[in-house]
Amino acid sequence: MSNMFDLLVAGLATGAIYALVAVGFTLLWQTSQTINFAQGEFVMLPAFLMLAAMHVGAPFWLAIILGILLSMILLGLAFKLLLVDPMMRHGVLPLAIATMALAIGIKEAVKQFFSAEASPFPSIVPTGDISILGHAVSLQSIGVLVVAILAVVGLTTLLNRTSLGHQMQAAAQNPTVARIIGVPVERMILLTFLINAFLVALASLLITPIYLAKFSSGEVLGQAAFIAAIVGGFNQVRGAIAGGLLIGVLDNLAASYVSTQYRAAVPLIFLIVVILFRPQGLLGRAEERTV
Amino acid sequence: MKSTLLAGAVLAFATATSAHAQAIKLADVAELSGGGATVGTNWKNGIDLAIEEINAKGGVLGRKLEVTHADSQSNPGVARAQVQKALDAEPYVLLGPGYSGSVKVTAPLAAEAGITQIMGGEAAELTQAGNKFLFRTSFGQQSSMPKVAKYIHDDMKAKSVAVVWVNNDFGRGGRDVVVKELDRLGSKVVADLSTEAGQADFAADVGKIKAANPDAVFVYLNEEESARILKELKRQGVAAPLMGETTLIGQKVIELAGDAANGARGHVGLTTDAPVDLVKGFRERFSKKYNYVPDHNGLKGYLAVYMVKATTEKMGKVDSKAFADALHGLTIKAADEPGILMDVTFDQNGDIDRQSFLVEVVEGKQVVKQVLPKVK
Repeated sequence: MSNMFDLLVAGLATGAIYALVAVGFTLLWQTSQTINFAQGEFVMLPAFLMLAAMHVGAPFWLAIILGILLSMILLGLAFKLLLVDPMMRHGVLPLAIATMALAIGIKEAVKQFFSAEASPFPSIVPTGDISILGHAVSLQSIGVLVVAILAVVGLTTLLNRTSLGHQMQAAAQNPTVARIIGVPVERMILLTFLINAFLVALASLLITPIYLAKFSSGEVLGQAAFIAAIVGGFNQVRGAIAGGLLIGVLDNLAASYVSTQYRAAVPLIFLIVVILFRPQGLLGRAEERTV
Repeated sequence: MKSTLLAGAVLAFATATSAHAQAIKLADVAELSGGGATVGTNWKNGIDLAIEEINAKGGVLGRKLEVTHADSQSNPGVARAQVQKALDAEPYVLLGPGYSGSVKVTAPLAAEAGITQIMGGEAAELTQAGNKFLFRTSFGQQSSMPKVAKYIHDDMKAKSVAVVWVNNDFGRGGRDVVVKELDRLGSKVVADLSTEAGQADFAADVGKIKAANPDAVFVYLNEEESARILKELKRQGVAAPLMGETTLIGQKVIELAGDAANGARGHVGLTTDAPVDLVKGFRERFSKKYNYVPDHNGLKGYLAVYMVKATTEKMGKVDSKAFADALHGLTIKAADEPGILMDVTFDQNGDIDRQSFLVEVVEGKQVVKQVLPKVK
């Protein structure tokens, strides 16, 4: 039973990170119909930007700020202006393929400029345990959960409680009408790209101390977040959050109770079941779209 | 005037070719790029250092040593092509590769050509295929794992052991030997966990170890995965002592795992931290030449060249065909050949017997706690 509790906590911590990445996924889809297959690499890159900043002498806190800012410029602004905007007019599919190419490009560039070997990455949360209901729970797991929850709460507050958030939702739901009533749709779309870049940089900061900084570490994350987004509902932020947590827990339980070899298959099987019986995702709403 | 020039040119050419014929040619195929770049680069630098030293002292039987380096790109397919190319040039001895998988596919080529291959691979099966031309520079798993099991049983006094291994040739080979030996000694394997190469998340595996509550944990993974599981073991507060091999307590693992590596122990066949004066001297010369501290692969490459020297001097002639026979059963003493660093004996399979070390990570440094003697 104690094992079960540990697995749940570890699963929730990993799941919270998946959720951050999945939320970004759904945001991009809602506002610009971008399916970003480079999302995993987007999580891998900020850690290397932070490492680079530390390498030239910046203290860790400054490296975090620089890393997040650089990520927002590269993975938010430049990604939208240089890749999404020119490809978008050719449709969803060419853009999706272009993001796959981008994923390969980012991976190879990191391998080229840093190394193919893994690098250590400092943790923002100190190591150690605290006791919860008689179980020792690591501060790192709790730290990851807390930061991820804060980010998600902040995002939902922004989306639901502020005028800016309402404009973003309007731009996502019906850009034509939004434009008519004076919402700066283009700026709102750019904002979602910046938010996505911020979320992946945050995820990078949280996951890299555990997974190590390595050029290939985005592959697993990207896939998990993609599955989480579909399972939860591709068009709902809360769906992506639920999907992320669910996949994190499911992955850990599968590794423990099924087998390490088949752990990667279990979320995929779950995905198929969801698609068969609830194609809009657990919390998603059915939508019809003419593409 | 013209004829003088011509004569000069002929003379120069003749001198050059005779000097060339004089040199003993070695061929090295190693992991100079790709995933094994650290392995191959250390191995290559070790070779170059040894050759430089030997040539500075007049070479082997009065002839200089020469080596060509080829890059296997850490890929068995490329290694095979490079070895074939190297063998076509008829080297005296073939050195490398370092990866067991690459050795496995290239060993038949060298054996067919009748050329001795001195390599860095450690998988148990390599020397069990009856190849008469293949020699190790370090322990195979069948030599190191019994020492590991004995230490877990005798010194750690563990009655129950969790075994975590990586599901590939390397991991499975080591796991099979260690589980058999632990069983023979009477230590019970209470958790037998296979993990995947490249696995990022070890929370569930460590959860299982915690649930099994063993007296000791044996970890047999590649370097990066070792670092990740060490961090997770610390994160989940597993207090049982950790035992492994070179891959658990290597410099790279310590760098990646940080604090979490402290207290981990490992059996190490070769380490530049060995409390042996000749090894210390090697480490100093290597660090001076290359500006970094070598790992055990640097030692392997260095030893490979001194194996060539000692065997050739023992034969008293440079004879490629007789080389393997001369090395089988040979004991090279460090007192006679300081370059071999520690006394070593080669058996009929090309496996080695040598003293080895029990290393513990203390405050981020490898500390040799115990010297484990030669088996025979």
